Amino acid sequence: MKANQKLLVILPAQRSRLLVGLLLLGFAGLAGRAAYLQGMHNGFLQQKGESRYGRVLEMNANRGMITDRYGKPLAISTPVESVWLSPQDVVATPEQLSRLADLIDMDADELHKRLDGLAGTSQGSRATSRRDFVYLKRHLSPAVAAGIVELKIPGIFLKREYRRYYPAGDLTSHVLGFTDLDDRGQEGIELAWQDELAGKPGSRRVIKDRKGHIIEDVESIRAPKPGQNIALSIDSKIQYLAYRELKQAVEANKAKAGGLVALDVKTGEVLALVNLPTYNPNNRSNRNSAQSRNRAVTDMFEPGSTLKPFTVAAALEAGRITPDTVFQTAPGSFSIGKATIRDAHRTEALTVTQVIQKSSNVGSAKIALSLPPQTLWEMLNGAGFGELPGSGFPGEVSGKLRPYKTWRPIEQATMSYGHGIAVSLMQLARAYMIFAAEGEIKPVSLLKLDSDPVSKRAISRDTALAVSRMLEMVAQPGGTAPRAQVNGYRVAGKTGTAHKLEGRGYAKNRYLSTFVGYAPVSNPRYVIAVMLDEPSAGQYYGGTVAAPVFSRVMHGILHMQNVPQDAPGGNATSLTAAPPKDNKGDV
Amino acid sequence: MIRINILLTLILVACALGVVTSQHKARKLFVELEKEQQLARQLAEEWGQLQLEQSTWATHARIEKIATEQLRMRLPDPKLIQTIPLNHPAGEPVDSTDSKEASKS
Repeated sequence: MKANQKLLVILPAQRSRLLVGLLLLGFAGLAGRAAYLQGMHNGFLQQKGESRYGRVLEMNANRGMITDRYGKPLAISTPVESVWLSPQDVVATPEQLSRLADLIDMDADELHKRLDGLAGTSQGSRATSRRDFVYLKRHLSPAVAAGIVELKIPGIFLKREYRRYYPAGDLTSHVLGFTDLDDRGQEGIELAWQDELAGKPGSRRVIKDRKGHIIEDVESIRAPKPGQNIALSIDSKIQYLAYRELKQAVEANKAKAGGLVALDVKTGEVLALVNLPTYNPNNRSNRNSAQSRNRAVTDMFEPGSTLKPFTVAAALEAGRITPDTVFQTAPGSFSIGKATIRDAHRTEALTVTQVIQKSSNVGSAKIALSLPPQTLWEMLNGAGFGELPGSGFPGEVSGKLRPYKTWRPIEQATMSYGHGIAVSLMQLARAYMIFAAEGEIKPVSLLKLDSDPVSKRAISRDTALAVSRMLEMVAQPGGTAPRAQVNGYRVAGKTGTAHKLEGRGYAKNRYLSTFVGYAPVSNPRYVIAVMLDEPSAGQYYGGTVAAPVFSRVMHGILHMQNVPQDAPGGNATSLTAAPPKDNKGDV
Repeated sequence: MIRINILLTLILVACALGVVTSQHKARKLFVELEKEQQLARQLAEEWGQLQLEQSTWATHARIEKIATEQLRMRLPDPKLIQTIPLNHPAGEPVDSTDSKEASKS
């Protein structure tokens, strides 16, 4: 007790105060530090902390599927693995490398070059700096990818990518187009509807535990938007039928190229669109622009006689003629100024119906010259020539229809039978809609439509029906295309045989044979336009080369769709169910 | 007063433990959900591949080849086909051999 008192006495008050002060100072320091960390440095620290456990995950958006009108897939993206490497990190034994080279089917030198980070394959590119990311091989099958994982070479990684497959192969290649390695559309529907098909990849922030499990969803930075599926108006069965028949005709007639467009008269939907030659879109290596061009939509040609019905329709509409008006066509030629128009077959006087049925150039020239240029121009423009058919296909052409003010009489005469004007096969098929749909025309659509599009009246109903009757005569005995007949159905159509343009004039013996028609005439449902480029096996008239294709395809469609017959059976002389000689639809 | 304090402390501890366990459960469930979603993605991919495979097997060319070569199928002769319209424009059913009716319509 005494000692304590002694101590108390000895310790002065200042010392305890000093101690308290120091302690307080220490606390103040700690508080200040805490405030600094918590307040001012907060953001940085949180970020650091989060990077220890938080991860941002990329979420892939699948490219949408393209299907036909019944939902049958025509283009699908499926995941594939791509192998990439980081050259600095690769440590591999020679044995591992040779097995890797075997797996990815790459020769050893090339592999070593890539391992050195010299992705540029030529020797000269050695100067390029070493890269951190080199693709070894893209788009491998899952089995091969699993084999590479098994090798366990550090520095070699897999990356999931999507590859586009086209199960129908060369059947639909022109319509669909194709995508590049990064799954971006390059041609056709793939390009035209790239934005809808592609979708947007998203990302989200998550918290992962030590074992790599995701334990909490922090936030969704961007929700992935998967690509939309697109349903085309194409009917894959009709497409196949059209492809098969056209291919057979192109081969039999030794034609350079061919095209076929089938439209639904009621809606303007494209049911089949075939071009030959074609290519397999699943195979990237052998593809050239001559094959990949969708000729039916992007190429123009002079339609020839298939344009005559429009001349006649214009004259009928103007009240200048009736179907029975007689025109003098003897002696089979007709001179305007220096130029002479000739008929293929000599005829005497012809009625307007016969001008169409026999396809007389002289007759149609005379009809055209009885009209003011503006009337003819308005007719052709109303039928959609010189304007886009509206399918939205990339590279779609509007054709060439010159303003009527620049027409000279000879031009007006030749235009009446389809020379001096350029159209695409798609336009030609669409234009015939006006005769099939009682004078109305609709925009064409490559997508499946839910509602009928707005149609525009081009000619009166009476004119359309009158021309339709004439076109029916074409497929009758005595017309230019009796081989267009379809058993059990009434068909109407028009042939065309045009000399091909060569330089400044016309080629003597190179032709473009066409046939455009529709059926059944009592209630038209389908328009089909067929074109063969340079048939060179002897036959070249549209009625003998193109009309049989029309007949067989139309027969198939009408059968498939259970369209009621409107003619007695056995009306057709040529029969249709031709056995397929060649059906290698290689996929 | 002390009793209430002790009681409140006990409740507080119980609540704290409850928070811990439910958080743990939530994470476990979340891991499970994540697994299922992964599975769903995998299945969707497989579905795509199967669709692809199916449409490759069901190519029209292949079907036609099997039908004509293996099964020896062919289109029937047009003479053997009889069409029975459901509602004929004339109002009465006719068959395709009744030529006058059909060609007038």
